[in-house]
Amino acid sequence: MGMNRDMIGHVYPPSQPYLVTTEKVSAFVSALGETNPAYATGTVAPPTFPIVVTMHAMEEAFHDPALQMDYSRIVHSDQRFQYVRPIRIGDELTVRASVEEIKPLGPSEIATFKTEVLSGDELVVTGWSKLVVRGPDA
Amino acid sequence: MTIKLSDVTVGLELPPLDLAFTRADLVAYANASGDMNPIHQDEVVAKSVGLPDVIAHGMLTMGRAIRVVTDWVGDPTAVIDYSVRMTRPVVVPNTAGGSTVTFTGKVAQINDDGTVQVDLGAVFGDVKVLGLAKATVRIAQ
Repeated sequence: MGMNRDMIGHVYPPSQPYLVTTEKVSAFVSALGETNPAYATGTVAPPTFPIVVTMHAMEEAFHDPALQMDYSRIVHSDQRFQYVRPIRIGDELTVRASVEEIKPLGPSEIATFKTEVLSGDELVVTGWSKLVVRGPDA
Repeated sequence: MTIKLSDVTVGLELPPLDLAFTRADLVAYANASGDMNPIHQDEVVAKSVGLPDVIAHGMLTMGRAIRVVTDWVGDPTAVIDYSVRMTRPVVVPNTAGGSTVTFTGKVAQINDDGTVQVDLGAVFGDVKVLGLAKATVRIAQ
């Protein structure tokens, strides 16, 4: 039962490149209800924009049969981003996702995924996401 | 207005923000983020998994909470670290006004390298929807 601890430290292959366009950033800015004039010039993306690529990369990992993660019982509980620089329009992003930690949490389990977001060879931002997989009695 | 490090003191409270979360916002965020989980759009699905109603994406709440900091410093690229725990959901009824979340921020620490740690709060009614929320920002000397 539970997630496969042998997968701790496993690094997934880089995700398919994602081109950051003006349209994608402005849709995200608008959905946040942002009024900051810094976004009006259409050069940088908001601090939480990286989730667009990191969540997609992690979803591939969630479905990896080797991980034995019950995808139907996941709750995203924590998120951190550490920025080297902002994401800019024109960046072509890839994500290197890895399993950093899996541990019990009461009747459930909690997994930490590290997601390094790169533009070409340059590290732009590192994300950490904690996902609670609710146990059968949780 | 540009904030300078010399204006910043520990305990300083940043201007709070009251932001409405409507069903239309959730649809816009789903489309912009790619998170199409129906619990954020369909109340039948939301109720079937034990939720009181449709809930906002936790990442939408996180995305809005940082506005307290970025509106204060002006430059959103000044944020060098940002983390939250999504403790409780923001429930969004199908009404014109939706739900209102109050976002707050307080300077918790001024680091030796001149960066500033802000502790953030997000309250919906009397429920804390974010916990352990903090951001580190670089502020002009």
